[in-house]
Amino acid sequence: MPDNKYKQIVILSGKGGTGKTTIATAFAEIISEKIIIDADVDAANMHLVLNHKINLESDYFGGKKAEIILHKCSQCRLCESVCRFGAIKDFIVDKISCEGCGFCYNVCPDNAISFEETNAGKYFQCKLEEESNFYYAKLLAGEGNSGKLVSQLKKQADKKIDENIKWIIVDGPPGIGCPVNASLAGVNLVVIVTEPTQSGLHDLKRLIDLLKIFKIPSGVIINKYDINMEMSRTIEEFIQLEGIPLLAKINFEKNFVKAIQNSKSIIKYDSNFESMFRNIWMKIETIIKN
Amino acid sequence: MLNEDVNPDSLEKPHFSGKIAITATGGSLDSLVSEQFGRCKYFIIYDTETLKFEPILNPGEQAQSGAGPKAAELIINKGAKVLLTGHIGDKAEEALKRGGIKIFDGFKGSVKVKDSVSLWLSSY
Amino acid sequence: MIISIASGKGGTGKTTVAASLSYVIPESVYIDCDVEEPNGHLLLNPKIINEEPVYKLIPNVNLYKCNFCNKCVDVCEYNALLNLRTSIFLFEELCHSCGACAYFCPQNAITEVKKEIGKIRSGMADNILFYDAYLKIGEESATPLIKQVKEVYKGSRTIIIDSPPGTSCSMFEAVKDSDYCILVTESTPFGLNDLKLAVNVLIQIGVPFGIVINKYDESFTKLEEYINGNDLNLLLKIPFRMDIAKCYSKGELPAAVTEDYRQMMVKLFAKVKKEIIEVKENA
Repeated sequence: MPDNKYKQIVILSGKGGTGKTTIATAFAEIISEKIIIDADVDAANMHLVLNHKINLESDYFGGKKAEIILHKCSQCRLCESVCRFGAIKDFIVDKISCEGCGFCYNVCPDNAISFEETNAGKYFQCKLEEESNFYYAKLLAGEGNSGKLVSQLKKQADKKIDENIKWIIVDGPPGIGCPVNASLAGVNLVVIVTEPTQSGLHDLKRLIDLLKIFKIPSGVIINKYDINMEMSRTIEEFIQLEGIPLLAKINFEKNFVKAIQNSKSIIKYDSNFESMFRNIWMKIETIIKN
Repeated sequence: MLNEDVNPDSLEKPHFSGKIAITATGGSLDSLVSEQFGRCKYFIIYDTETLKFEPILNPGEQAQSGAGPKAAELIINKGAKVLLTGHIGDKAEEALKRGGIKIFDGFKGSVKVKDSVSLWLSSY
Repeated sequence: MIISIASGKGGTGKTTVAASLSYVIPESVYIDCDVEEPNGHLLLNPKIINEEPVYKLIPNVNLYKCNFCNKCVDVCEYNALLNLRTSIFLFEELCHSCGACAYFCPQNAITEVKKEIGKIRSGMADNILFYDAYLKIGEESATPLIKQVKEVYKGSRTIIIDSPPGTSCSMFEAVKDSDYCILVTESTPFGLNDLKLAVNVLIQIGVPFGIVINKYDESFTKLEEYINGNDLNLLLKIPFRMDIAKCYSKGELPAAVTEDYRQMMVKLFAKVKKEIIEVKENA
């Protein structure tokens, strides 16, 4: 039976600032039959460089938050004593500290606490220039539940998958916590973008440990590799020992920054880079097919 | 092992007796299997004794988080003894096993629900 | 005095500034709150003196007392508990340790037990007291660990908090009780976009703040337009320099190696100290 199923790739870095979004956007520009998701909901950046049109803006309800209804409250302070997150003080719930556990709501003898879903951000369903679907989101400041919002984006994207879709490209969040886990759901390959620095190597190792738990294969791109060739070699040796393929080594390019400063993807800013990214993508396709 | 004379519209008399849960993209036996456990749209509960099936919307699909546990809860409440799916997370798999449910994963999204059941029953 | 260093965008140079500041401040404490990817130790090279595991509480159900009434499942907002009819299964990563299940169990069948979520390390780097924390791989929530690493030091030295990137609950937990927050950004639209998000958080929680532009490029004017247009505090511009980048890549502290960088940090601290005193006087 022919396998027409799409493949999902997420681009991660562990550490911020390695060039993940630049590279993810470049892939988005050169691939067709795709859906693009910006899963860095904490600090979404792709929409700043990808020409797009917003079709639908939706409110995201992340979880419930407690609120004390003062005229019903007998000031017994039971809520304050049971809250483990320090969110209740003197009959006021701090919405940012509140983790939505509902303990206070369930324990209040006066039924003086409301516990409702609240708006935690927005997500956007967009179209790129050539009509591909693009999704991103913005979490409200201080909110938790970024993992849930990432899952929401994936769910929306799922609806637009048909036989024509070959690729889902996800620009992932930094770190190794909850939103990264959510970005890994259903992924066939992780492209790790790292840099030749001590921090880059350190965070790369943590990320690889996480991917071992999820049992998802990966490939590595060393960006700005000529800043420190020795460190770059160390990283190459390390990933070789781990059995992870090296997808590419990219020079430090002033134009990468200039492109962003001009709110353009690198391909749009300087088409000379197109063949480089096509070559890297071919390597990715080869690895996925095996 | 498959009996090639079997009319694809009828299912064999099984040696297995009980309810089978299948993750599905739609609500009928002709729907395709859903490869994802936690966020599939439907569960089809097929009863091998009555030969009847029941489609149920997956509560986990809408859940903000904890989709896996909610989906698992549904299967347990429906009394299914077997789960057929594409891929299930480690934790949900462990939970269901502890609950005495046998899990068979690896089913592809190109297979129809009824064919997945025939396949499984014939190899049981 | 507690000074936090944060940024909306990752990779702007937050840790470099934080570590460098603690290097130039006499008698300082450096606390790395980026528990998912702690990097401060790579620049400060502390001698680690102590390492301790950190726990969160999770429910343990006594099956002899449990009658499978489902109350714990109903009360859990995170769907972390599953009633298997003969046992109760816990999805540990989903548990937020709120304690509701144990409290509401009618049979008193639930006790809370410790689950390791990471470790806190303490040490010394020259005269700097050093603390960092590692979140266990696979553990989802960083905030309990961030809370705990901040509580280890109870003395009166100046504390530098190196915050995780972003503007979500982790960053909030790290910066929320600091006297001042230094936001580090970079001369790109990404830097500007994420700076605005970070500024919003700080205004919301009422922490005074100032801005450092790292990898400064004067051709990107939108950044300063935003800062000046909103009357925000621009503390320092650190130009993009290859020698600083190379230094960092080797894990060397720029303030220790490059004299002009060290001077920048000394001036930065003087400015921030002055602002903190002014805020206290105006209060």
